[in-house]
Amino acid sequence: MTYMSSISRDDVANLAKLARIDLSEDELAGLVKELSVILDAVARVQEVAGSDVPPTSHPLPLVNVFRQDQVRPSLTPEEALSGAPAQEGKRFKVPQILGEE
Amino acid sequence: MALRYEEAIARYEPSLGLEVHVELATVSKMFCGCNTVFGAAANTQTCPVCLGLPGALPVANAKAIEYTIAIGLALNCSVAPFSRFARKNYFYPDMPKNFQTSQYDEPICTNGYLDITIDTDEGSKDFRIEIERVHMEEDTGKSLHMGGATGRIHGADYSLLDYNRAGIPLVEIVTKVIDGTGRHAPEVARAYVSELRDILRALGVSDVKMEQGSLRCDANVSLRPIGSEKLGTRSETKNVNSLKSVERAIRGEIIRHAELLNSNQRVIQETRHFHEDTGLTTSGRSKEQAEDYRYFPEPDLVPIAPSKEMIEKIAATLPEKPSVRRKKLQEAWQAPDKEMAAMINADVLDLVEATVKLGADPTRARSWWLGEIARIANERSVAASDLAISAADVAEIVALIVKGELTDKLARQVVEALINGEGRVGQIIQSRGIKVVSDDSSLMAAIERAIAAAPDVAEKVRGGNIPASGALIGAVMKESKGQADAAKVRDLLLKHLGQG
Ligand SMILES: [Zn+2]
Repeated sequence: MTYMSSISRDDVANLAKLARIDLSEDELAGLVKELSVILDAVARVQEVAGSDVPPTSHPLPLVNVFRQDQVRPSLTPEEALSGAPAQEGKRFKVPQILGEE
Repeated sequence: MALRYEEAIARYEPSLGLEVHVELATVSKMFCGCNTVFGAAANTQTCPVCLGLPGALPVANAKAIEYTIAIGLALNCSVAPFSRFARKNYFYPDMPKNFQTSQYDEPICTNGYLDITIDTDEGSKDFRIEIERVHMEEDTGKSLHMGGATGRIHGADYSLLDYNRAGIPLVEIVTKVIDGTGRHAPEVARAYVSELRDILRALGVSDVKMEQGSLRCDANVSLRPIGSEKLGTRSETKNVNSLKSVERAIRGEIIRHAELLNSNQRVIQETRHFHEDTGLTTSGRSKEQAEDYRYFPEPDLVPIAPSKEMIEKIAATLPEKPSVRRKKLQEAWQAPDKEMAAMINADVLDLVEATVKLGADPTRARSWWLGEIARIANERSVAASDLAISAADVAEIVALIVKGELTDKLARQVVEALINGEGRVGQIIQSRGIKVVSDDSSLMAAIERAIAAAPDVAEKVRGGNIPASGALIGAVMKESKGQADAAKVRDLLLKHLGQG
């Protein structure tokens, strides 16, 4: 099996738009190249793993690690907001977005 | 000229898909110990985990997992022996992590069904709603959109985020395509959500308050010409927040789609927002463009592998199915199908049951909840359960009627006063001076006066013309301003005239 790992200029432009990162044409072209290199490297790893090797999502063979349903103290709003670039009325203030309540 | 629903349904077959989100009633969040109480001050229930701060490690809430399995079992699903959480990546600020922890191709529960019954003019009809999946995720934060004309998304200048709700355990229940419901599609959807809500309530896994958003429904609707096999393009109406709205939103979307199709226009696959005031939907964000979730397995949370014992233990605690419970109640109360349907529809079954448990006779209990109380609720566009009248109040009123201390008419005044917040039953009777005139001597005096005023009528009654007594009874009732017990007046009057 061969793995194609091309990422197009349009893919990168769309991702940049979704992430609200403003990229120039030059930056776009540069990123297409860099991301392609990364994807190629990942594709080579995929080639090594045969179909008998299941994809790994967790390095340790653990299941069912749960916590009991108990309330623990939260941060104060001041602590929670201490890293926020902008705030208003104890809420995080963010630029206009596409979203819902 | 708007198309009529009947015209739309005569040409097109609707297909539905319903996604119900339910917030679980755990005391702490899904992956951290933050409190889940509704209505707390903004950002008082957050921590490094639910704020997605670097280095924080989420751990799944055992109770939430149990609740989800219980929901799956109650919906006749298979419970997966192995399932994983996944990151649903997106770039809205309602999740501070930039992703929502959800499940993708490995939901906890799959392939179930829920049977529902609707009441139609051709009698009751049964439908089986197939469930595709029941999966776990977490709720998002709440955005307030500031500035702009509407406060809605368009034209908003900025948004304010409260993350108290972010990370509250949420279960999503997704149906397969619901087909073959024809013109009943809106009622079927409503009955499904209603039945599902009853099940969730009986399981005790959620407070299922639609108005507070702990139960929310997204409704996918598509139409195809009758006889055609291929499903039409669907629209997805988000966050429909009452049972009535589920029905209205779907009905409205069926008409809107049919209008587009009739004029050879394309239905756009998109998210729509439902507006309670108009019963119509408007276009929301467009899906094709805005979403690229790039799901991948959540590396910070280990897989869930419920043992057979764990599943059996949960199965053993499942309560009686609401449909079974309803059958039992119906038999015990000897209630006709129509009245059962009406009680379910008005959502007063629990209230009637509680009233009966407090000693009221079932027929009287349901006639109050379905009659005067439902009428007032309807008039005020609220649910009967939201009115300031309890099962205990109704039981007390019924007891007074049985004892002859209240007539139906006076009891209606008490009910209205209760709902208007004038106090408890006893206080209202006292402060309003409501009293059944049962003192025989004063009644007799009133009867004498009525006879004296209409001796010819009295003569007819003496001669055996019983119906003629109505005029005399009416006169006595009028004199007592309706406070006398009409049955009692009739008895006394007929006895007095030798007909008793
Ligand atoms: Zn937290």
